[in-house]
Amino acid sequence: MKTESKLEKILAAGHLAVTSECGPPRGAKFDEVVTKSKYLEGIVDAVNVTDNQTAMVRMSSLAASVIIKQQGLNPLFQVTCRDRNRLAMQADIIGAYAFGIDTMLCLSGDHTKFGDHPMAMNVHDIDSIQMIQMVKDMRDKGIFQGGAEIKGAPKMFIGAAANPFADPFELRVMRLAKKIAAGADFIQTQCIFNVDKFEKWMEGVRAKGLHKKCYILAGVTPCKSLGAARYMANRVPGMDVPKEIVDRMASVPKEKQAEEGVTICVETIERLKKIEGVAGFHIMAIEWEEKVEEICKRAGLLPRPQV
Amino acid sequence: MITAERKPLEELIEYIKPFKRILLLGCNECVTVCAAGGRKEVGLLASGLQMAMLKTGNNIEIRQHTLERQCDPEYVEELVPMIDSADAVMSMACGCGVQQIAMRFKDKPVFPAVNTTFMGASERQGVWAERCQGCGNCLLGITGGICPIARCAKQLMNGPCGGSTGGRCEISEDVDCAWQLIWDRLKALGLQDRYLDIVPAKDWRTGGGSGPRKIIREDLAE
Amino acid sequence: MENFEPVIVAFCCHYCAYTAADMAGSQRLPYPPNVKIVQIPCSGKIDALHIVTAFEKGADGVYVAGCLEGDCHFKNGNTRAARRIEFVKKYLEEIGIESERLEMVNVSAGMGHRFAQVATEITDKIRKLGPSPIRTALAQ
Repeated sequence: MKTESKLEKILAAGHLAVTSECGPPRGAKFDEVVTKSKYLEGIVDAVNVTDNQTAMVRMSSLAASVIIKQQGLNPLFQVTCRDRNRLAMQADIIGAYAFGIDTMLCLSGDHTKFGDHPMAMNVHDIDSIQMIQMVKDMRDKGIFQGGAEIKGAPKMFIGAAANPFADPFELRVMRLAKKIAAGADFIQTQCIFNVDKFEKWMEGVRAKGLHKKCYILAGVTPCKSLGAARYMANRVPGMDVPKEIVDRMASVPKEKQAEEGVTICVETIERLKKIEGVAGFHIMAIEWEEKVEEICKRAGLLPRPQV
Repeated sequence: MITAERKPLEELIEYIKPFKRILLLGCNECVTVCAAGGRKEVGLLASGLQMAMLKTGNNIEIRQHTLERQCDPEYVEELVPMIDSADAVMSMACGCGVQQIAMRFKDKPVFPAVNTTFMGASERQGVWAERCQGCGNCLLGITGGICPIARCAKQLMNGPCGGSTGGRCEISEDVDCAWQLIWDRLKALGLQDRYLDIVPAKDWRTGGGSGPRKIIREDLAE
Repeated sequence: MENFEPVIVAFCCHYCAYTAADMAGSQRLPYPPNVKIVQIPCSGKIDALHIVTAFEKGADGVYVAGCLEGDCHFKNGNTRAARRIEFVKKYLEEIGIESERLEMVNVSAGMGHRFAQVATEITDKIRKLGPSPIRTALAQ
């Protein structure tokens, strides 16, 4: 074991891991973080805490992670390269670890163009792969990126993202290999709606033996409505929502769409379970945290194993 | 070249309002090539300013002059005989040229007439695109001759990100994904394996991270 | 300004509009004397500076007359001229001159009648617009 991370223990024991996410509020609302996290208590192994997701200012992922940790859950601290240089990142990582936060996700981050501060400077001092290297060196070598020794090195279980649906497709497995070579311990993928394409990507992953070098958590999202499905299909860069999914959402009356969305999500998980190399699921129920329990229950992912 | 675009006339008028005699300067280098501040643009701006001021009842005198290279003190010296007859200088050169004038003529107000935009290349007639950010430690040798610092919206040194779609960047349909271009080039050159090498975190000291940069060539400097 | 007679500068392409003007003359087709013709080798030769200078010197209207679409003697000079006119129109607005005072027209060498018609129409339009703000300012 590289770390004390609960997620690592679950995965190392061979259980299918389950993570979900919690977007911090756009204001100093402590209680909102608590309420959202309560929906996930005992349901998931770790809770992703997003870092100014979609480049909109929110409560910091560090602060929200601390709140979630204090509720007895395991936060999965997300850090993007967009908002901080390497000094700020390392400072936050040490700070997080001092609060017992031992699992994190290294991301490039959505471009500021999409958020509410398009006039802001994008930092990108280092990229996500370089961040993975940095966090690994902090943990394994006990050094800062600048080379100095860390007294009290943070032992982070290091996550990274992968999008099997972006272009060029042929680079998607290679980029995963780069992330693993840099030190990624686990991967959370982009939401999967196109299972066939994901399966094709996994073939490439297995051909290189990458599924044995790191844990791959398949990302899923329940569609709340037909509108949401259409939005993801047409507006979100790097998302692949096949027409069949949109049609299926359209085929049921409006009041039944949410239920249909959950059913599709559960069916997707069932299909993904059969794919060799899938080590767990990352359920992104955006602003719909209360549905995660139902999804997990119906997908046979409850109760969560104790490790 | 260094590219630039003229500032709105309204902003320029605000600058020169308090003055009667303006020396309007162009530069024969980059800003001429990108049609922002060469002799022709100086003429056009002089005429426009003259008319705009005339409309408000202000008769101003604009003297036009275009230097061979405004970022070079040798050429700036040319202005000595004409500087006294100007109350203020407006320069259509890049920011480097404007500053040379300010440094040389310490008591003369100097105003920029253009926004210096980026270091770029001409894609076709009338279209310029950013190509270089002057990071001081060129990566082009390992990225197939396409710069991820200047051309990837997230400056990814190990891209592409998850937003690359059909060769386009997630920020705009009009922007090529730099990493798609890099990958296409590496493939064409048979250098696919190079993609797997992780480019380490960049030392930004050469890129302005340690303050204003200077080059001193001992053999040339006096 | 009851007796206002606009000054209009017409930059005419040698291969079409200029010849058309000649033809209008030889056919005794009347067109307003307000229009001052400047011969240019191709409408694509027109420079923003030529147009702006005309206004600076007191012109009330300017038009550039090039060949019919697809008929440029130099392939695409007239389409380039059209784009340049759009650019100068924006600049004129910035300066505070109504962009309607500038126009691009297309005339073939044989269209003496159309030349006279265009000259008349533009003169009428500018007469209605009144003197250019620059001409007014220059007079003061």
